[in-house]
Amino acid sequence: MRLTELPKHVAATVTAVEELVAADPITRRLRDLGFVAGELVEIVAYGPVQRDPLLVQIGYTRFALRRTEAARVSVAQEPA
Amino acid sequence: MSEATLRVALVGNPNCGKTALFNQLTGSRQKVANYAGVTVERKEGRVYTPAGRIIQLLDLPGAYSFDAASPDEEITRDICHGRYPGEAAPDLLVCVADATNLRLHLRFVLEVQRLGRPMVVALNMMDAARKRGVRIDIDELQRRLGVPVIETVAVRRNGAADLVAKLDSHELPPAPPALPADADLHIAVREILLATVSMPSRTGRIDDALDRIVLHPVAGLAILAVLMFLIFQAVFSWATPLTDGIDAGITALGTLVTQSMPEGVLKSLLVNGVFVGLGTVLVFLPLILILFFFILVLEESGYLPRAAFLLDRMMYGVGLTGRAFIPLLSSFACAIPGIMATRSIQDPRDRLTTILVAPLMTCSARLPVYALLIAAFIPRETVWGLFNLQGIVLFALYFAGIISALIVAAVMKYVRRDKSEHTLLMELPSYRLPNPRDVAIGLKDRAMIFLKRVGGIIFTLIVLLWVLSSFPGAPEGATLPPIDYSLAGMIGHFLQPLFAPIGFGWQICVALIPGLAAREVAVSALGTVYAMSGPTDTVSLQLGHVIAQQWSLATALSLLAWYVFAPQCLSTLAIIRRETGSWKIVAVAAGYLFALAYAASFITFRIAGALT
Repeated sequence: MRLTELPKHVAATVTAVEELVAADPITRRLRDLGFVAGELVEIVAYGPVQRDPLLVQIGYTRFALRRTEAARVSVAQEPA
Repeated sequence: MSEATLRVALVGNPNCGKTALFNQLTGSRQKVANYAGVTVERKEGRVYTPAGRIIQLLDLPGAYSFDAASPDEEITRDICHGRYPGEAAPDLLVCVADATNLRLHLRFVLEVQRLGRPMVVALNMMDAARKRGVRIDIDELQRRLGVPVIETVAVRRNGAADLVAKLDSHELPPAPPALPADADLHIAVREILLATVSMPSRTGRIDDALDRIVLHPVAGLAILAVLMFLIFQAVFSWATPLTDGIDAGITALGTLVTQSMPEGVLKSLLVNGVFVGLGTVLVFLPLILILFFFILVLEESGYLPRAAFLLDRMMYGVGLTGRAFIPLLSSFACAIPGIMATRSIQDPRDRLTTILVAPLMTCSARLPVYALLIAAFIPRETVWGLFNLQGIVLFALYFAGIISALIVAAVMKYVRRDKSEHTLLMELPSYRLPNPRDVAIGLKDRAMIFLKRVGGIIFTLIVLLWVLSSFPGAPEGATLPPIDYSLAGMIGHFLQPLFAPIGFGWQICVALIPGLAAREVAVSALGTVYAMSGPTDTVSLQLGHVIAQQWSLATALSLLAWYVFAPQCLSTLAIIRRETGSWKIVAVAAGYLFALAYAASFITFRIAGALT
């Protein structure tokens, strides 16, 4: 599933980060920020309007991602 | 430069505490300028080590990666690679990493290490890391990175003593062995972390607890609204007496200095040119200092990105970003600090849009003009049994400014050629208590930038305006006020046909020219045109009566509409020039504001004329 579909406070692992356009700069940046396969992520908050942006905890860092940005990240829910 | 001078650059992720470390090392011995041709801040300072060595320390802009995504990161990349024109490659790189956030920061450390240049890693915020129970095997980390690793606590006295001692040892560390070019840095980071760091929990409990409240959809927005309200209260209740005090002080000083001088051109130049110019520059200082005090405290504490998080969706809808909120809000006090605050916006396109719409926020200088015209022309009536008509008009003027800012931002989004996605990708750093020294240094920087870079332009223009308003002098037996015979008067009369379609008489046209100095000056300039003198309050009262008799309602409404857009604030144009480095953008800003002002006044004048 996509990171945008992950429920709040549910641990998941990044499976892939896709490019939406060729040589997608946002995808490259997401990877530099640590969104790479195998990393644990969790959604910790939503913005007040249309639940956008998402606040994503990855490693020891919290990043605010707009929904369009987060849609590039695929995740798999961790077994509870 | 002496042999002993070592050139060192601080490099690291945003929020690694690099600037605090820079402030700790250099104290007040620092210089803020811009990199040539761009508006990225260049901060350099000197460190005098105990062994008597002088170190030139450069604080490079924070970067997540050498795969640069902003002008800041490009500069950092190019200087680290030693290929930035006009900047020699640093002798030593000090790569700063936050010990509580190594998963992210170590990746960049490895990217720096890959450069194969002499470097040292400063493991910063070690106090916070220990408090959280993070344990780091420094020796093993050094061995694995192949570079010296030194613990620092940038916010504590002598927290960088070990780093200074390292810089003092006369040998540069050898260049580190670089990883193979195709190595996956993330895998390398995981291996290093596994071998060297034990971390009990992923985030601080305080951060979790605070974010639950601060980012709550309802409570979070309420907290933001209360905070902004308090800041505005503070700005207006603290800045107004200071501004008035500076104004009075400069005027008194001018009178004192010129007391014994004979009446004449020189005295007029000093009183109405030099001292007014000085006053115009200095009265901005309280506003800038107070607003930036709050902005810096919010930024240092980690709250500012949270405010941006809460507001991003709303701002993004009209082609802005959550980061634009604070600069735009500041612009309600004054566009000068507002435009200076746009530096925290990463995307250059978002930053430019914010700079261009900031003057549409109704600044405090427009209030005297609104007050004069509303009091003179809008009856004090109660409408719908509840509202005061004058209040409604004032609200409508503020509202018109905001709505037009949204429309302008949306239009800019639509016409922009570069349609690639704007990014947010914003880190919300851990909450921190702001360090007084860092806030103080930040404030000093803002004040100096304003005084040095913008003060000069404003001062020159004010003196130029004095020349325009004073020469040539009135002839013998003149019946009209002297300003009518001056160049400003001639320009006003010359421009009158241009402004006739929007209902401005020549008096308004003439008053608009000295009004270039600052919007509220238009009130006293109108007073001058109608040959009144005395304190502003009295002038404004008398003036109200005169214009109520002489102007039509349509003209008054037209002038009100003009002031919603009011392109004629030289200080705003000067700060736009400084912050964008481009006269072209200044021309675009002045041009579009003028066009909007003219169009709005034209429509207002015609409709009001038809109805009355």
